[in-house]
Amino acid sequence: MTELEAGRAQTLVPARGGTALRRYRDVLIALIAFAVLASLPLFTGSKALLDFVIRCSAYGLFATSLNLLVGYTGLTSFGHGMFFGLGAYSFGLIMQKLGVPIPIAFVATLAITAMVAAVIGAICVRLKEIYFAFVTLAFQMLIHSTILSWASFTGGDQGLRGGIPRPAFLGIDLSNHVHLYVTSCALLILGLLAMRQIAQSPFGYTLRMIRDNAARASFLGIDVWRAKLTVFVLAALFASMGGMVMALFVSGAYPEFAYWTISGEAIFINMLGGVSTFLGPMVGTVLLLLLNDTVTRFTEYHGIVLGVVILFFALGLRKGLLDFVAEWYAYRRDAGEGR
Amino acid sequence: MDLDALAGCLASSACLVTQTTSGLIIGMLLFLVAVGLTLIFGVLKVVNFSHGAFYMFGAYFAMTAYQLTGSFALAMLAGAAGTAILGLIFERVFMSRVYGADVLMQLLVCYAFVLIFDDVVRIIWGPEFKAMGMPSAFQVMPLFIAGGVVPPYYLLLIGVALVAAIVLGIGLSRSRIGKVIRAAANNPGMVSALGINTGLIYGGVFALGGMLAGLAGALAAPVRSLTPGMGFSVLIESFIVTVIGGMGSILGALIGALLLGLIRSFGSLGFPLFTEGLMYLFMVIVLVSKPTGLFGKEAA
Repeated sequence: MTELEAGRAQTLVPARGGTALRRYRDVLIALIAFAVLASLPLFTGSKALLDFVIRCSAYGLFATSLNLLVGYTGLTSFGHGMFFGLGAYSFGLIMQKLGVPIPIAFVATLAITAMVAAVIGAICVRLKEIYFAFVTLAFQMLIHSTILSWASFTGGDQGLRGGIPRPAFLGIDLSNHVHLYVTSCALLILGLLAMRQIAQSPFGYTLRMIRDNAARASFLGIDVWRAKLTVFVLAALFASMGGMVMALFVSGAYPEFAYWTISGEAIFINMLGGVSTFLGPMVGTVLLLLLNDTVTRFTEYHGIVLGVVILFFALGLRKGLLDFVAEWYAYRRDAGEGR
Repeated sequence: MDLDALAGCLASSACLVTQTTSGLIIGMLLFLVAVGLTLIFGVLKVVNFSHGAFYMFGAYFAMTAYQLTGSFALAMLAGAAGTAILGLIFERVFMSRVYGADVLMQLLVCYAFVLIFDDVVRIIWGPEFKAMGMPSAFQVMPLFIAGGVVPPYYLLLIGVALVAAIVLGIGLSRSRIGKVIRAAANNPGMVSALGINTGLIYGGVFALGGMLAGLAGALAAPVRSLTPGMGFSVLIESFIVTVIGGMGSILGALIGALLLGLIRSFGSLGFPLFTEGLMYLFMVIVLVSKPTGLFGKEAA
């Protein structure tokens, strides 16, 4: 058993009695987090800071949704970025071509994503580990090539230009920077809360069981294929949400959103933050974006710096930052109890 | 889509020959890269995500050696030997630390080196496109076969790759070292208990894989433009090759590479914009109908 697997096994603690209390605790934390984030524009006029949080929202939703697959179910998807790109493009195209209100485009994009993910997932989830990774990668590149070659519809390698119209709805005007910021934060918090609920639900524990021992789960009467497909579609929905936040932010969609590197970044984010805790990917997102922003400011060779940092995490810590902190905390607590 | 062009080409022998040879050289270069990948996966159980970097270094080493010495043979040697040494160091110092670790960890180490190697090339050789130029020995009239144009260099390229395929195939199945390598792939613990240094085998296999990719890069240097990041598309394509052919199978890598090369060269006529898409589509179809690839063994 590798260290990572050992760490995972420890997370499989049966839910204790106070599940209801824990659920309200999560909601409470979410409310506080949203209040803090939403009140940020009152204290600072820094557009750069708000932009940073919006980007964190987009990538955070995307990376956390990948963790539902990688960390909770043990499905290493290499093509998760396709749903990020799909979300951005579907949303942008619906807004540009049909001119419907934003909430309708939002729901329609989720519906499209769900359908595409169901088809792709049905093909992919029965494959084993490395093959699953590569077929998802192939589907991602298929979508990327389609975007590039269907230039009359998607704008080809130029991307979806001309801006995405952002008509006001329900008193929310997304062309206003602060409104966009607060909406992104709300989507992030709601998305995280929903994913947390999924992870802590009986279904979430079923996923952990499939990850640890799929054969046993199947003996116990669980339809493994269906559970994997369900989580594949669910994760795609949240990735698509991240893509939509990104499309709203840059007011467009670009082929890079569907390129494989975006999946690579999401995997890297997950490793950076850690996959054994729910908030690990969120921490990873903030770290990677900070790292990207600072490094690109100081050197044009940011590949080297980024590479060395990755090596430090992969060979030095051998786990994500939040995994490391969580283990250190557990160690300290055990030491404190005099064990 | 331009199906008329494709049909027109299939009807003319000249076009058929030209497209087939260009498909074959794409396929042969891909084979050299992919066979290293599949070898490393078969023995070390590691997916070398940084394999494209060896192809890139092979091309740059060859270009520099050619500019310094003016000898084509020395350029090929520099490309192959340089990447072999690089592969050995890379495996012993870095990759050997993540054997048995989570797949994600191995991928991360490789991903880190993809980023680092691309920047190293950018620092040493500069970010702009470079060209090695066709060696003077091959600047002769192209051959005409059934009306199709075939540059002699293409024949050399196909020949070298074929020789490599045969030597590898026979070497692995017949020679003592080949048997040790296959034994190490099956049961490294037992091989090690028999007094064979498995670390050396692992390093050697990685160096061999790196060397083959470097040779492919060196062979490609006269006909392709050199740029940092050039290894990447080759890497993705050779992944498709290994997955189509079956991970760990040399014959599979050969067949997969040739199929992919032909799809590329003929697909670029019929579907000029969707050539890449065709390859992924093909991979999906193969994997869905036979998840272990065409020549892959059933997963244990």
